[in-house]
Amino acid sequence: MFKLSDEQIERYSRQIILSEIGGKGQEKLLKSKVLIIGLGGLGSPCAYYLAAAGVGKIGLVDSDKVELNNLQRQIIHSTKNVGISKVESAKEKLLQLNPDIEIVTHSLRLTSKNILNIIKDYDVIVDGSDNFPTRYLVNDACVLSKKPLIHAGILKFDGQATTIIPHKGPCYRCLFPSPPPPGTVPSCQEAGILGVVAGVLGLLQATETLKYILQCGELLVGKLLIFNALSMSFRTLTIKRDRKCPVCGNNPTIKKLIDYEEFCQLRLRRKNA
Amino acid sequence: MSIKVRIPTPLQKLTDGKSEVESSGKTVIQLIDELEKKYPGIKERLCDEKGNIRRFINIFVNEKDIRFLKGQKTKLKNGDEVSIIPAIAGG
Repeated sequence: MFKLSDEQIERYSRQIILSEIGGKGQEKLLKSKVLIIGLGGLGSPCAYYLAAAGVGKIGLVDSDKVELNNLQRQIIHSTKNVGISKVESAKEKLLQLNPDIEIVTHSLRLTSKNILNIIKDYDVIVDGSDNFPTRYLVNDACVLSKKPLIHAGILKFDGQATTIIPHKGPCYRCLFPSPPPPGTVPSCQEAGILGVVAGVLGLLQATETLKYILQCGELLVGKLLIFNALSMSFRTLTIKRDRKCPVCGNNPTIKKLIDYEEFCQLRLRRKNA
Repeated sequence: MSIKVRIPTPLQKLTDGKSEVESSGKTVIQLIDELEKKYPGIKERLCDEKGNIRRFINIFVNEKDIRFLKGQKTKLKNGDEVSIIPAIAGG
């Protein structure tokens, strides 16, 4: 057990006074390790608030560099960082906000070969990726490694969020057994995204992450939260574990990770871009 | 008989931009056929060539996933609310 320093007590005082957190909860946060996949629209606000709250170790995964068209929603980056790697850009900002925590950067693209080795060091995984191949890879890796996964997806004015505790509640494949064929569902790049929608969902992910670490409140396990900014509505749908789920069901058929990207137009498009 | 159907953003192009439409049908698949009459092209987006609902689309009747009810044969009654929820991957 470590003791909170005077500076830590001061820094985190507004949440330490919450009876659900207290000094014990703050110590839990400082000892926790969270991996954020994607430092885009979802990962930016999520990482910022988790750093502020004193999550002790935050891992950042992204292979991209900051582009000017990211800054409308990816608020952790800044104009002067256009052209540098997103993980380095985010690390700089997070440590300016809170030098009390550790930031680990993984400037790479997740694949079936590297993901298990990366997630094994973390307590909670946050999926802020921007494409189906990564989302299915992350889901399957978290199920196989029994890691809690905080999921959200966004498009235009819409957002979806759920929390996956493998084998306790439904996983992403229980909900959507297989990814859509390339071209059938538009990406944010094609369809657009209102920056604040990313903010709302990214902060819902941060909220779920904090609640999981603090073991307080009710998580979005077995629930799919649907947000629409235009109608300003939040709806919660009940979702269930699928006994026939290919990865977390009774007779799983997926025992090894799949790189969908090989079959997807995404990489082709990026190559041609 | 009137059933409220929530249309997800990617399909609103087919429903003249409407996020909610009224339709009818005794079962979910009948409802989809009714929708197709009014909004041609929508069935193809929801169902595969064999007529089964696509695996990256979920349909909820009154907030319950039809895969855990009777699938596309799930019965509908007046006043039910149906939500079509596709997977979205943006981040």
